[in-house]
Amino acid sequence: MLAHAIFFYLFALIAIVSAVMVTVSKNTVHSVFFLILDFISISCLFIMIGAEFLGMIMLIVYVGAVAVLFLFVVMMLNVAQQKNQWFAAKESSKHIPIGLIVSVIIFFELIIVIGGWKYKPDVVSAMSLNIDNNISNTHSIGYVLYTDYIHVFQLSGMILLVAMIGAIVLTFRQRSGVKRQSYFSQISRERSDSVELIEVESNKGVKVDD
Amino acid sequence: MIDIGLGHYLTLAAIIFTIGIVGLFLNRKNIIVILMSIELILLAVNINLVSFSIFLNDISGQIFTLFILTVAAAEAAIGLAIIVVYYRNSSTIDVEKIDSLKG
Repeated sequence: MLAHAIFFYLFALIAIVSAVMVTVSKNTVHSVFFLILDFISISCLFIMIGAEFLGMIMLIVYVGAVAVLFLFVVMMLNVAQQKNQWFAAKESSKHIPIGLIVSVIIFFELIIVIGGWKYKPDVVSAMSLNIDNNISNTHSIGYVLYTDYIHVFQLSGMILLVAMIGAIVLTFRQRSGVKRQSYFSQISRERSDSVELIEVESNKGVKVDD
Repeated sequence: MIDIGLGHYLTLAAIIFTIGIVGLFLNRKNIIVILMSIELILLAVNINLVSFSIFLNDISGQIFTLFILTVAAAEAAIGLAIIVVYYRNSSTIDVEKIDSLKG
């Protein structure tokens, strides 16, 4: 129990510090690195608490795909050199106190809800999707995901498909002045388009129009 | 302190959520950092769902975490595509200079 507590506080501390560093660091590339660190420590917490499938999936999806996508865009847009100054420009610092006040209020509201809330034991038994401790976490997710939630699962696949198509359509650019291969005009060429038979008189030659 | 319960995880989620909100409100320079703050907020929601799922002994919280993961990935892809297109058109992604809607 003591080791569990020590590891929880370690990972939680790393997660909070790196989340702060995501927002305050001046270099955008450093922000992405701290975001990766945040995701990794949270997925360690997930594995510790017993949701090992989600921890591994978070490593794959967030660190492997989303963070790399962020890094790719940051490097492509060349904004890493720009000053990402915390408490930004001086003339527009009016929003900072109000933003801080609203954030602090949100935080205390969450803390009040957590502190004053006690869940009832009969809330649990109302659901019928109890975790079976005899099978692994991945098994129990799979049993529910492909039976009770199959429509939502397919809907999330549709969301990913639409996102993929949307990203391609948004960033696709038809450039002018680039020579491209046109398969249709290649295939639909006729013999008469390119070859011409000419009767050549002797000692006259052929006049080639250019 | 030693006995780690549901409240610890919820407090951690609340702290990360608030950091994401702060990054969303106070960042005025870089729109990519705003997208990263949104990812932090979704991460806090995931922590909430997973810890409730474990401590209430109900698997459906983890299922919904999977769906949130899907939506977050799609949102990041679309948002970054929009940023790339905007940068191509106006060659800046400063939040202060994006004011063509005059909001």
